[in-house]
Amino acid sequence: MTAASPPEVLRAPLVVEFPFTRSLGPVQSAFLTGLRERVVLGVKTADGKVMVPPVEYDPVTAEEIRELVEVGATGTVTTWAWNGSPRPGQPLGTPFAWVLVRLDGADTAILHALDAPGPEAVRTGMRVRIRWAGERTGAITDIACFEPHDAEATEQATPHDGQFADAVTGIVAAARLDYTYSPGRSQTAYINALADRRTVGERCPSCHKVYVPPRGACPTCGVATTDQVEVGPAGTVTTYCIVNIKAKNLDIEVPYVYAHIALDGADLALHGRIGGIPYDQVRMGLRVEPVWTEGGRHPDHYRPTGEPDADYDAYKELI
Amino acid sequence: MTGTGKEPVAVVGIGQTKHVAARHDVSIAGLVREAALRALADAELTWADIDAVVIGKAPDFFEGVMMPELYLADALGAVGKPMLRVHTAGSVGGSTALVASNLVAARVHRTVLTLAFEKQSESNAMWGLSLPVPFQQPLLAGAGGFFAPHVRAYMRRTGAPDTVGSLVAYKDRRNALKNPYAHLHEHDITLEKVQASPMLWDPIRYSETCPSSDGACAMILTDRAGAARSPRPPAWVHGGAMRSEPTLFAGKDFVSPQAGKDCAADVYRQAGITDPRREIDAVEMYVPFSWYEPMWLENLGFAAEGEGWKLTEAGVTELDGDLPVNPSGGVLSTNPIGASGMIRFAEAALQVRGLAGEHQVPDARRAMGHAYGGGAQFFAMWLVGTEPPAS
Repeated sequence: MTAASPPEVLRAPLVVEFPFTRSLGPVQSAFLTGLRERVVLGVKTADGKVMVPPVEYDPVTAEEIRELVEVGATGTVTTWAWNGSPRPGQPLGTPFAWVLVRLDGADTAILHALDAPGPEAVRTGMRVRIRWAGERTGAITDIACFEPHDAEATEQATPHDGQFADAVTGIVAAARLDYTYSPGRSQTAYINALADRRTVGERCPSCHKVYVPPRGACPTCGVATTDQVEVGPAGTVTTYCIVNIKAKNLDIEVPYVYAHIALDGADLALHGRIGGIPYDQVRMGLRVEPVWTEGGRHPDHYRPTGEPDADYDAYKELI
Repeated sequence: MTGTGKEPVAVVGIGQTKHVAARHDVSIAGLVREAALRALADAELTWADIDAVVIGKAPDFFEGVMMPELYLADALGAVGKPMLRVHTAGSVGGSTALVASNLVAARVHRTVLTLAFEKQSESNAMWGLSLPVPFQQPLLAGAGGFFAPHVRAYMRRTGAPDTVGSLVAYKDRRNALKNPYAHLHEHDITLEKVQASPMLWDPIRYSETCPSSDGACAMILTDRAGAARSPRPPAWVHGGAMRSEPTLFAGKDFVSPQAGKDCAADVYRQAGITDPRREIDAVEMYVPFSWYEPMWLENLGFAAEGEGWKLTEAGVTELDGDLPVNPSGGVLSTNPIGASGMIRFAEAALQVRGLAGEHQVPDARRAMGHAYGGGAQFFAMWLVGTEPPAS
């Protein structure tokens, strides 16, 4: 170690994104299909309250509730907050108010957006109505937003059987999380060394085990691992499997061998693909070395070195 | 109040959904509700009798329900009551039951509903387990690729013949035919079919892997007074323990993890078990790939090291053997991941209650439930018996 400033720790965006599907069950199915047909449905609880959006189970008695009612498309703002900088994916692209609206005939309020010119135009108690989306698919976004609407509350909840043609039974709920990922000091040093095609682990000062890839601390002793140790480049196949089915996100021809490889000097195995030998000739104890490709951050695969196989006793503790 | 010892804990209600590949007809709330209502009916209790609710599921990435304990409070009658969620990867169903059990044992609550679920059809577990982390080498094999090298290591270490895995799969799939709640009901299963199924991740064949299921499992745990009111025989908790260890460390034994050995030893100590092979009548263990049966037989102390496969090969673990393993059909026949551990615990309890129906082990008086998860990182086990524990 020198007194020079340590190298920059690596960082990169990590986007976790997946379109989850949701089965709606009978009540949510009726609610969302209703929105498609410009009908807002609520559900009556045991004590006669009307909940909008409807739920499947009574929040007080826990009993199943299925008595659907239609409520008005007009309602009253019960509270609000101004959103001056809408973010991608929010209901409106221009500044708007988040509002809780109690629709006429309902006893609970629904969260949505209110299109208003500014916060001075919004107040608790103001009357609003639904602005329906032009294209409706059976989703909460079928309500484009709410808009101011001067009219007295008149409508009461009326019974509804919840039946519609072509009911929506499921939705896709896209989820996305944006992270900035950093592998930390220890793995940054490891990755930077890989750029020079060197594998550098870290030794635990307490148990003296060499960790590859290093995590900055020994998980057994709970102390920082600071001594850098170059390992490999050759190693031993400790165990493996032959992969016969293609994984969706991998462009590797099957069959191929996926192996655990203990690099010389390392105290635990890392994982890699074995090439340069027919898949059915790979064996435990096979001696291998990394094969790099231009621009690859990690070895593309490992191939036999031609050395005699390692004795089982020499690597069995590393399996 | 009674003395200073722990309150004895009894299982008086058990409910499961019929596990299937996809339950498009119900929401997640509707799914958990089914299992909970069946557990209440079994115990002849109502929502008002429940003091607290403890739920578990596998990681949020699996089907994207963040903080499901909030969303499910109505469905599980938890409004106005304590509700909490446990999360320990694939072992979560077991650790959830143990947290609930400890609440009763500590006399925090008298009667607790515990429930675990997964709706795998609304998700993609493989995606959830293999997020592309920047700078890291992508995982080079599918789900079974994580487990298959450990199976090969077991075979090398013990000299087990390569047919043992197929024997486990054939047994578990036949046991599942006797369990109306099991997901896979392969009526035409034969050993030849198992052995002829495609080799996916050599040495693991297709028929030796678990399915992907939608399902939920619920139990009602109560104290001594609650057990006295139970309309059906209770199962008594004689011991329960959890252990964890890192997913990767120098010296980790993936074939027989130390945390698993320590967890089992703790359970046996609590239950006064000195010879598990002789003193335990049935085992429900978490076997996601068939070879894990002989591996866990050794890890849990039912066989000496290197000898587990011999029990399987000799038929000891068959439904009519002297140590039946997974009479329900096990994870190999039913795998709603978050619920799988609790199903093991519940099936063990059904055995000692004498309520396991067609897959009942005759005169089962002590049974073990076992769960593990997170890359052999988390372990949860309990031992239940017909008689109340000796205090």
